[in-house]
Amino acid sequence: MTTQTMDSPASETAQDVLLRADSVSKTFVSGTFRKHYTQALDTVTFSVPESPPTITAIAGESGSGKTTLARTVLGLIEPTSGEVVYRGVDVAEMNRAQRAQFRREVQVIFQDPFESYNPFYKVDHVLRTPIRRYNLASSRSESDDIVEAALRNVGLRPEETLGRHPHQLSGGQRQRVMVARAVMLQPKIIVADEPVSMVDASLRATILETLRAMKRDLGISILYITHDLTTAYQIADNIIVLYKGRVAESGSVESVINDPTHPYTQLLVSSIPQPDPETQWGREQEVRDEDEIALTGCNFYDRCPVRMDECTDEDPPLYRTAENRITRCYRYADSPVHHAPDLRSVFVDATSE
Amino acid sequence: MANTEPSRLDPQLQSSSDVTVFEDESRSSRFVGAFTRNKFLFVGLMLILAVVLFAVVGSTVIEEERTNWGYANAPKIRPSSEFWLGTDQDGRDILAYVAYGTMGTLWMGLIAGIIGIGIGTLLGFFGGYFAGWIDAIVVILSDALITIPGLVLLITVSAYMDQLSVEQLGILIGVISWMGTTRVVRAQVLTLKNRAYVEISKFNGQSDLEIVIAELIPNLAPFIAATFVGAVGGAIFLSIGLSALGLGPQNEPSLGLMAYWFIHRGAVPQGLWWWFGPPIALIAVFQVGLFIVTAGLDQIANPRLRTSV
Amino acid sequence: MTAATSIDAPLVVKDLKVYYHTRRGPVKAVDGVSFELNRGERLGLVGESGSGKSTIALALMMAHKEPARIEGGSIMLNGSNLLDDNEERVRLRRLSEIAMVPQGALNSLNPVMRIRDQVIDGLKDHNVRMGIGEFNGRVTELLASVGLHPDVASRYPHELSGGMKQRVSIAIAISMNPSVIVADEPTSALDVVVQKQVVQTLRDVQERIGAAAIMIGHDMGLMAQFASRIGIMYGGKIVELGPVSHIFNNPKHPYTRLLISSLPDTRGKRRLEGIPGLPPSLLRPPPGCVFHTRCPEAMDVCMQDIPVNRELDERRFAACHLYGDADGREVAA
Repeated sequence: MTTQTMDSPASETAQDVLLRADSVSKTFVSGTFRKHYTQALDTVTFSVPESPPTITAIAGESGSGKTTLARTVLGLIEPTSGEVVYRGVDVAEMNRAQRAQFRREVQVIFQDPFESYNPFYKVDHVLRTPIRRYNLASSRSESDDIVEAALRNVGLRPEETLGRHPHQLSGGQRQRVMVARAVMLQPKIIVADEPVSMVDASLRATILETLRAMKRDLGISILYITHDLTTAYQIADNIIVLYKGRVAESGSVESVINDPTHPYTQLLVSSIPQPDPETQWGREQEVRDEDEIALTGCNFYDRCPVRMDECTDEDPPLYRTAENRITRCYRYADSPVHHAPDLRSVFVDATSE
Repeated sequence: MANTEPSRLDPQLQSSSDVTVFEDESRSSRFVGAFTRNKFLFVGLMLILAVVLFAVVGSTVIEEERTNWGYANAPKIRPSSEFWLGTDQDGRDILAYVAYGTMGTLWMGLIAGIIGIGIGTLLGFFGGYFAGWIDAIVVILSDALITIPGLVLLITVSAYMDQLSVEQLGILIGVISWMGTTRVVRAQVLTLKNRAYVEISKFNGQSDLEIVIAELIPNLAPFIAATFVGAVGGAIFLSIGLSALGLGPQNEPSLGLMAYWFIHRGAVPQGLWWWFGPPIALIAVFQVGLFIVTAGLDQIANPRLRTSV
Repeated sequence: MTAATSIDAPLVVKDLKVYYHTRRGPVKAVDGVSFELNRGERLGLVGESGSGKSTIALALMMAHKEPARIEGGSIMLNGSNLLDDNEERVRLRRLSEIAMVPQGALNSLNPVMRIRDQVIDGLKDHNVRMGIGEFNGRVTELLASVGLHPDVASRYPHELSGGMKQRVSIAIAISMNPSVIVADEPTSALDVVVQKQVVQTLRDVQERIGAAAIMIGHDMGLMAQFASRIGIMYGGKIVELGPVSHIFNNPKHPYTRLLISSLPDTRGKRRLEGIPGLPPSLLRPPPGCVFHTRCPEAMDVCMQDIPVNRELDERRFAACHLYGDADGREVAA
């Protein structure tokens, strides 16, 4: 594959942009009389190109806004400001035909493989319904062929899977059927929200490898939402690290995880429990100073071990510390401020495997 | 504190991860199994069936004229070989009257139940699934109507209508008693609609209407059935109360009308037990049966009450 | 396994069997598990869902409930068998001799009691008698030992974060200096940063009071960070048990090997390989070795005979037909 998209400011040319989240913000409001506002997402902009296919990890802890971003991109929640644009059309303003195309081409894999099934039906239901709704088959036997091929594709034997109720399958099988469902529809993008966090270790690798194969063999781009940097590192090309709804750091996954620059990313990386008794966790303790929550400036101030006075002045901009890296931290004020809002401008091209 | 109170450890949660029982039963056989295994359901259904059978068989076998005023020349006679349950003050055969009366009352309850559940479920689904202004209308409507006492409304309406048929009363009761159903169905739909599988069906290309019909309703079926049973029971109670006040249908036999007469004619102080006894016993058996069935259906519909692994 | 003196080994579990009795027969969730735990040692019990690991935790606390029943074996705690004790005696031995840190996802704290009262309640239930000032001092001391501010004592659980709640659980667990701490997935549902803090706290207090600890979980990374020995569970049995470095660097059982090689890390991208096949049904376990249905090295004998447990290196055991008399001596299950 060529690196066209890398050299040209790809994000600005509308043609090859498949999906674009444009300054997406989301504020949740709770309470009837005393309104409580929670900013879950704060002006996040990125795009997914038509080609080459890429896997982008969106990482963070709970409360980082990663799931809100995923649900916004999927059109399940409307952004408070900004817009999600698919094939040039705002998702919130799609007509019937456009929405049908969007629903089919942007697919989802949820975290909990059990909750994804209607307990009333056999697993067949979730595979047959989309074939009917999207007119993928002209006959029953053609529909059978599609379902069986999809199951084999994810390493399941149709005879052991079809005709069963979800509770009769193991967690790993259930999640693989959900992967099969998504792939069967030949989508352009799959949003996978923590797809392996509830799956046993021995099957985790299988599912991740399937996701990787989807990008490689079927040209499907994947947004991989995760709290687990190890799996993100293994399958993603680029990563967006979110903290309290804001992009803390972004760039190629290898450089971000092997050499994190933002103190939050550093904290995350140092907390990874490496499956190696010789690589023990460091003893550094986290700072958490509840009296030091900055009302202005950097949102990581209260937890930051390297905070400086200027951090409370105003929100740091994203600094471009390297070709494929941006970080929101004043320690890199020597680097140029990154102005292009689309994170894709710093992404590396998909590694061709 | 797990250390001192092991009971606080949720055994369901803990054991579920270890016991992977791969069940081979199909859902239908599980459902049938639930009927035979669930003692509540079984006993309750038997009680109801006994009452229904009595009404159906009785009203087919016994000639209707025996319920007429002055059928027997002998009023207030004790049970005998000719009149198994005796006669009332006006010479009606009590066995016949109870059979036809039960039939009328059941028919009325069924009509009321179907209408109440129909309106209630429909509005509950619409309100719960399509939030926004549709939901607001449903909530305001049901909240407003639920504050009006049903009996007072019925008394007012039936006092204006000089002749009320059993069917009309059934419809009337159905129309004023859907609000409770709407509330509970709406609440159930609200919890179901954010389930991952409902969202998955959007990505499977299903329309909202299809999601309601194919994804939500099947899962609420046992729940709706339990609500239906409760609604029929409630309607019957209401109709009996209304008729006992003399405001129900006057020309067709019903258990309520019978109650009106035996109260009015002082059957209890006179000690005419064969007159007031049978309707009271039937109503009691039927209501107990309904209650037990509701409890049984609840066990099926509400997984938290399920006891087996 | 090997006979050890009870002074060194506060916990010796021998041939423990816990079955769930269902309508279709017994589900053998724990089927002949043996291990011992020395003072100051940290054992990690790892397994997939359905391997029986959580059932072991419940059985060790004698907190298993119908339809689960202990069908055989012994749990020697400080030299005396828990299974021989009556209910009251078991209640008194919990917390004072063996204490549990519950699952991170389970909210095991009483929501309507202040933290201080919950700690003191546990002590009073175990006949600890002291003045109110002393009790308060003890609470402050316990909270400090898990890195919590004394103010936490007067708060309610809902005022604490998940990580703080789990530290309180640890403080309660060590309040009577037990000789064994059982932690069942203590960090499930916690974020990575908090997970690290909780596990490190657990490790610190365990070392300080010199207790033995068992951590039950599925995350091999966490085990590598916490445990000194690791037991690998599969299908209700411990298939391999040994020092953490042996398990990671030189796994012997094919299941352990596959499990280790399936783990993602951040040292270069590579092809990820899972273990094909499905975990066995514990209702009708396969004959012979429970792993033979998924084992790439399965032989004929694996389908017929249950492999014996052998000590392959010092304090490292594996139950697999690949190893014979020449590789290690047989030890009783």
